[in-house]
Amino acid sequence: MNTNDTFGPEDNIRSAAFPKRRFVFKEGFLDGIPIGLGYLAVSFSLGIAARNAGLSPFQGFLMSLLNNASAGEYAGLTLIAADAAYVEIALITLITNARYLLMSCALSQKFSPETSLLHRLLVGFDVTDELFGIAIARPGKLNPYYSYGAIAIAAPCWAVGTALGIIAGNLLPLRIVSALSVALFGMFLAIIIPPSRANKVVGVFVLLSFASSYASTLLPYLSTLSDGTRTIILTVALSAIAALLFPIKQEDTDHEA
Amino acid sequence: MKHNIYIYIAIMAAVSFIIRVLPLTLIRKQIKSPFLQSFLYYMPYITLAVMTFPAILYATQSPIAGAVALGVGIISAWFGASLFQVSVSCCAIVLLLELILI
Repeated sequence: MNTNDTFGPEDNIRSAAFPKRRFVFKEGFLDGIPIGLGYLAVSFSLGIAARNAGLSPFQGFLMSLLNNASAGEYAGLTLIAADAAYVEIALITLITNARYLLMSCALSQKFSPETSLLHRLLVGFDVTDELFGIAIARPGKLNPYYSYGAIAIAAPCWAVGTALGIIAGNLLPLRIVSALSVALFGMFLAIIIPPSRANKVVGVFVLLSFASSYASTLLPYLSTLSDGTRTIILTVALSAIAALLFPIKQEDTDHEA
Repeated sequence: MKHNIYIYIAIMAAVSFIIRVLPLTLIRKQIKSPFLQSFLYYMPYITLAVMTFPAILYATQSPIAGAVALGVGIISAWFGASLFQVSVSCCAIVLLLELILI
């Protein structure tokens, strides 16, 4: 095997870029394995939510393959379960996935300017917290084949895990389903708690979000709305308050992984 | 169910895709408005927090197990556990507690 563990200047001399592509793809694939394993566990929990919303295993597989978004899919499912309007689904997807807009902004600086549109579309398709994290952590400009390698393992795990969650949700004992149901929330906590520790304002607003989310289930008018609609209202209101009272300094946005 | 699930999925997929590829393709300028920048900065954390609580209490058979899983998740994430470790810790504590509680 001539898989170049050390690839030096001779790679640049070689006119065929193929061996380097394959090497970079493999690197991405290896880095994607732990991410894929994590996705398998979490998407299984998403599958349980999808089953409750009435999706078939194939529909769950398709949703996860096309969306690649934990919070976005979960929020969408709460609305699907409530038979919400299509425009509400679009709105909640926009809100819960807004962070990917920021990540893509950061990622756009990581591409060399001559990166083709096709590469940009393909890498952009699977910008997630974790895949963004490993792409941004690579030194130098991003080779799209690195991302393709990671996507090649992570995306199928995410989609298959969701389908398995829907199938096995029926077969597994209630105890196990109950335990696995919190995997998704564990993932959310893993995303929100480290920045809450680093930034007091984020921390305070996370606590305020918990409190107002709980309060809104008890309040007269808000409690009659579906979970998804409440999420939209509370997110927009609290984010606007935070942005008005505590506008961020420019450099804060870079810290978004 | 009045609405078609495949249309739901298509809308979600289209919105997710557009959000992700716009900054990589068409929008090459930085967002200038400090309000919009700040709004987009806080929004992800707030929406995930809103969705986590109190929903985690109703995800498990016993709300107590859900509450403890929330605590375990916060503490382990606070001390730097990875996404996978946080998720598994939450699941494990629910499994253990419900063996006792139920």
